[in-house]
Amino acid sequence: MKRSGGILLFVLVLAIIGPWLSPHDYLSTNFDDMLRSPGLSGLHLFGTDDLGRDLFVRTMLGIRVTLLVAVVASLVSLVIGVTYGAVAGYVGGRVDAVMMRFVDTLYALPFIFFVILLMVAFERNFLLIFVAIGAINWLDMARIVRGQTLSLREREFVSAARLMGVSTARIIFRHITPNLLGIVVVYVTLTIPQAILVESFLSFLGLGVQEPQTSLGALVDAGVNQMEGASWMLLIPAAVLALILMSFNFLGDAMRDFFDVRQTP
Amino acid sequence: MRSIRRLLFFLVLSGVAACGGSDDGRESLSVLNRGLNTEPESLDAHKARSLQAADVLRDLGEGLVSFTSTGELTEGTAESWEVSDDLLTYTFHLRPEAKWSNGDAVTAEHFVFSVKRLIEPATAAFYAQFLVDVTELRAIDEHTLQIMLKRPTPYLLSLLTHPATFPMHPGALAEHGDGFARPGKMISNGAYVLTDWVPGSVLTLNRNEYYWNNANTAIDEIRHHISSQETAEYARYRAGELDITSSVPTDNFEQVRRDNGDELHIAPYQNIYYYGYNLSKPPFKNSPELRQALSMAIDRELLVEKVTGRGETPAYSWVPPGVDNYEPTVFAYAPLTQDERNQIAQTLYAEAGYSKQKPLRLELRYNTNDTHKKVAVAIQSMWRDVLGFEVDLINEEFQVLLANIRDKEVTQVFRSSWVGDYNDAHTFLSILQSQNAANVPGYASEEYDALLLRAAEQADLDRRRLYMEEAERVMLADHPTIPIYFYVSKHLVKPRVAGWGDNVLDYHYSQHLSLKAAE
Amino acid sequence: MLLRLLGAIPTLLLVIVLAFLMVHAAPGGPFDDERVLPTDVAANIQAAYHLDEPLPQQFTRYMAGLLRGDLGPSYRYRDYTVSELIGSGFPISLQLGALAMALALLVGISSGTVAALKQGSMLDRVVMSFAMTGISIPVFVVAPVLVLLLAVKLQWLPAGWSGESGFAKFVLPVITLALPQIAYIARLTRASMIDVLGCDFIRTARSQGLGSKAIIRVHALKPAMLPVLSYMGPAIAAILTGTVVVEEVFGIPGLGQFFVRGALNRDYTLVLGIVIFYAALIISLNLVVDILYGFIDPRVRQR
Repeated sequence: MKRSGGILLFVLVLAIIGPWLSPHDYLSTNFDDMLRSPGLSGLHLFGTDDLGRDLFVRTMLGIRVTLLVAVVASLVSLVIGVTYGAVAGYVGGRVDAVMMRFVDTLYALPFIFFVILLMVAFERNFLLIFVAIGAINWLDMARIVRGQTLSLREREFVSAARLMGVSTARIIFRHITPNLLGIVVVYVTLTIPQAILVESFLSFLGLGVQEPQTSLGALVDAGVNQMEGASWMLLIPAAVLALILMSFNFLGDAMRDFFDVRQTP
Repeated sequence: MRSIRRLLFFLVLSGVAACGGSDDGRESLSVLNRGLNTEPESLDAHKARSLQAADVLRDLGEGLVSFTSTGELTEGTAESWEVSDDLLTYTFHLRPEAKWSNGDAVTAEHFVFSVKRLIEPATAAFYAQFLVDVTELRAIDEHTLQIMLKRPTPYLLSLLTHPATFPMHPGALAEHGDGFARPGKMISNGAYVLTDWVPGSVLTLNRNEYYWNNANTAIDEIRHHISSQETAEYARYRAGELDITSSVPTDNFEQVRRDNGDELHIAPYQNIYYYGYNLSKPPFKNSPELRQALSMAIDRELLVEKVTGRGETPAYSWVPPGVDNYEPTVFAYAPLTQDERNQIAQTLYAEAGYSKQKPLRLELRYNTNDTHKKVAVAIQSMWRDVLGFEVDLINEEFQVLLANIRDKEVTQVFRSSWVGDYNDAHTFLSILQSQNAANVPGYASEEYDALLLRAAEQADLDRRRLYMEEAERVMLADHPTIPIYFYVSKHLVKPRVAGWGDNVLDYHYSQHLSLKAAE
Repeated sequence: MLLRLLGAIPTLLLVIVLAFLMVHAAPGGPFDDERVLPTDVAANIQAAYHLDEPLPQQFTRYMAGLLRGDLGPSYRYRDYTVSELIGSGFPISLQLGALAMALALLVGISSGTVAALKQGSMLDRVVMSFAMTGISIPVFVVAPVLVLLLAVKLQWLPAGWSGESGFAKFVLPVITLALPQIAYIARLTRASMIDVLGCDFIRTARSQGLGSKAIIRVHALKPAMLPVLSYMGPAIAAILTGTVVVEEVFGIPGLGQFFVRGALNRDYTLVLGIVIFYAALIISLNLVVDILYGFIDPRVRQR
């Protein structure tokens, strides 16, 4: 937990201060210095891309953008999903049926279309990407939480609370939600990587952030096409991406084990 | 865990089996695998529009006139023709031996039938106005066809190589209606007949035994594989699954060039890549200085050498070089060095009322695509370096971009391109006429329109050409667009394929190709 | 049961209306192209496909067709009807998706269970790092890398999708598609298994001297599968999204590819047809999952 937290912190700090340490910026092209391999020459630590832009600074920018997208999107999905799922699962009956039908409806809507329409209707914008990704992911969260609530609700401690006349809202937020923590934490740590992956999928479809801005997904997508001639264009952003994803995952696991300590309800 | 092992074993086995497998007893057929980068929207020649549909249709059908592998006009279903002195009447003599894939004879009436259907509104043909200058089409007898024209149309023969003008089999239409363009139903008069079509995957064509020139058709079966991504297509080519690619990846092109040697075919192509201005709104309305400044500040040599890098040529004219009977006019500034151009561009930029303190702010729209992105980023940085203003790049999905261009509300500078439909300067110059639907910048010049109209009325080819060249000069001086570069056609062709020829139209009839015996 | 089926009808209707409005709200039309059509030609084509009618009228026309089971003609594939395209694309997507799903469940659940049982061991770490790697690399990277290695360099497997390479053509797409799901399911199974193994009833079973195999089979596996089952819906959705990329990279003529092309080309009828088809499919799958859920966890069934 410490190690992955440390790595994430290091990556974050590097992404914030890194660009200031470099003599280059993220948007200047240099047609005499294209596809330079990584190294100290010209102070291009990570080399340059196919337009001669410094990849170190661009990778740092990509990290910032990607993390921002992922964290905000996950928070959006967390808040909506947990509330929605817990309410549906606990209240149950017709409310549950209607609420889950609604989720089914949203599921059945084609993702790419939803995104394209959003992108068009509000003109392309950064914030929208977060909202779009978060709006997609909360569905999964709601499902999982509901499923878990459904079985939690039948546990003795909940029945006991009910018998003692505790209000529904209080049961949901004081008794059910804390017990969802384990699964929710595991799930959020899976949601952040998922959000990152969705962002890169959008980049693959060309619907991600606008050039010359970039994200790890966009860098990886560009790198894939260069993987044979300029492998660093793929390897560096992909490694950073994998490192971040893994750190989140390890962090999540560790937190899971940590929460698991409380076993008594 | 045991079951996993079993599954993996199974997977490996099946892979091995596939490698060892042979071509199931059809080895006697020679098969050519071609890449096709977009699925044809239709194989009904009247409902088709894309270049890719036309590629397949040229294998299936045949017009009065055709092209050789190097792009020379040659006889098609017509074995000869006469042109009247005023250039207004063409008389074609069809080959008596020309046959449909079911054995029926191809007659002049089938051409008349086809053109009637083409212009019939109910057909909803994209190319309904393709033959707009034709006044009458008449079958004089079974094998003689006469075409009458409104005005001299020197490119008529070139038009008649287009699939929209191919004959149609009335029987197939009567029997199957509009759904005739399907395997088993389609009756075609070209070297091949459609035998299978898996949408999204592959179109299979087999030899048309009744084709008049069947004896000279070498390959038995043609498969057009849909492969919309250049890198994926290249992978399939390298894996030996394709003999010919429809394109070549931009990324990492130098290595592709090194690795493939003679298999790489790059040739000039009638296709211009340009940026259009929205001329109906500020800042570009009534501001030719600004339009010229932006155009001059682009280092086209650098762009084609370093960014696109596949042999494209910088565009200083609107009509690409290599068009028949035409010498493109170039920008007056073309002989200057880029430094000199930049200085003039800066002066013009200042004259248009912009400066460091009061810089221009622009939006540049392009549709989602790797090359378009790279070009846009490069031009963005050239404008920043030379003129000192910032451009917001907006990459849009293609249909969104098209809608925005059409609406002329939010666009300022946008990416577009134009491919010649036939080998004549008219196919490029006509789109900037004020009434033309494809005139996306909204360019309107009375002088330009008048010159083109004059050119159209000339029976004398040299005078026609002079009028057209003058029209281009007038238009270029107005800078309604920024011509950026002329595309090249680019293909990879396996050494076992013989008969490949490069040409400016980028037409490659499968019937001209053959396969060398395996080593 | 019948009631639930009836309940699905409003959902489906809602999906149709929403999807119809969304496709038509997207800018651009199916026949827009860089080669802009002359005005009267364009108008003529619009009329031929009834696109010149007001939207409500188009909707009524569409619904009337739908009730007859007619999904209309495709605009992008003008020689085909939407039903024909779905009929040609779906079996391929289904095979692809089902194989990937089976592979993912098989490998995911077993490796997740093993990791949970040996929590903290070397094996656990290996399985989990593999799982992490699996979810840490986007599909659009995995696919071309696998193609480059196994198809282009080693030439073991086909790089693309051609009719005759038999089962071999499935291998790369299925692995690519299953990889992230394997990782995901392994993680879910492990987490939930550890949870269950820590529960009182397992401890009781253990203290009564039951062997661990029996404990897993009899007591632990079923409840531990709940989150995995919950995840089935999303997994199917993820595989659907995945097929889009995989079908694109490998040139597989499945519904995913049709859908993306349809959306990008504004092929209204094709997009609507696929949406409706998938919506009906997803709704029925959800019904099945719900029923399974009740079967596995009797407590849910009680009320």
